[in-house]
Amino acid sequence: MSAMKARVFVTLKNGVLDPQGKAIGHALSGLGFEGIGEVRQGKLIEIELSERDAAKARAGLTEMCEKLLANTIIEKYEIELKG
Amino acid sequence: MKSAVVVFPASNCDRDAAVALEQMTGTKPHIVWHADSEVPDVDLIVLPGGFAYGDYLRCGAMASQSRVMRDVKAKAEKGVAVLGICNGFQVLTESHMLPGALIRNAGLKFVCRRVAMTVEETQNAFTRKYNHGQRVTMPVAHGEGNYFADEETLDRLEGEGRVVFRYVDGDNPNGAARNIAGILNEKRNVLGLMPHPERVCDPLLGGTDGRALFESLIEALT
Repeated sequence: MSAMKARVFVTLKNGVLDPQGKAIGHALSGLGFEGIGEVRQGKLIEIELSERDAAKARAGLTEMCEKLLANTIIEKYEIELKG
Repeated sequence: MKSAVVVFPASNCDRDAAVALEQMTGTKPHIVWHADSEVPDVDLIVLPGGFAYGDYLRCGAMASQSRVMRDVKAKAEKGVAVLGICNGFQVLTESHMLPGALIRNAGLKFVCRRVAMTVEETQNAFTRKYNHGQRVTMPVAHGEGNYFADEETLDRLEGEGRVVFRYVDGDNPNGAARNIAGILNEKRNVLGLMPHPERVCDPLLGGTDGRALFESLIEALT
């Protein structure tokens, strides 16, 4: 049984080209949506955790991001944790 | 020269690499599965092209965590030559064996064609049989070959003579920073490149510009 649920958002750092985001922006404008500015695409990773201690869970998630979930050369990450 | 080709689930240029190695060296390379804990005692380890682990998460990300990569890293630190081609280059950057990252092609499309490059460096085991500045043509086939690194890293790579292959101006297929097609690590025993030298070793395949890379390795490592 999972005690906590985490949502990890991984997005490209500012300055890293995101051609997919650009294409999505073009498509939205093409559909007639007005006022579309820059569009950036990222990833959402949901993880269930058995850890009950929020601080420990967050520390573990940070390590997961640094080791695998994000490539910190090009990406940044945000962790959202719900008990 | 003894060699090994690492095979990950969804590698697809492992056979091309093995055929080129056998043709060039006269000896069959060892084929090493990603779940193996050790690479045999060889002079050269090749990480081939493909879509290791289906490119899940990021190209090369899952492969960089595979069991065999621990030994590849350890052997590279001891000086064994490692050649990463295409997806193999992505595995090397994800493993932090080479700096920077390979991101989505600037034009978004998968690019499959021949590209013209110059050989920028010949003071290493991989390109010593080319002439400095020589123009070569090799095929590329990738969707994520856009080399990215911060300015400081790019300056250092250039300053230390670690940019080995550069796309000819106007023929950059993916938007790579400073037209970079292939780079060396600091110790100069690990090379990653997006184009496929193993596919241009036999005139029947339409080119022989890859031969000198294997001839260089044979000369340096035998």
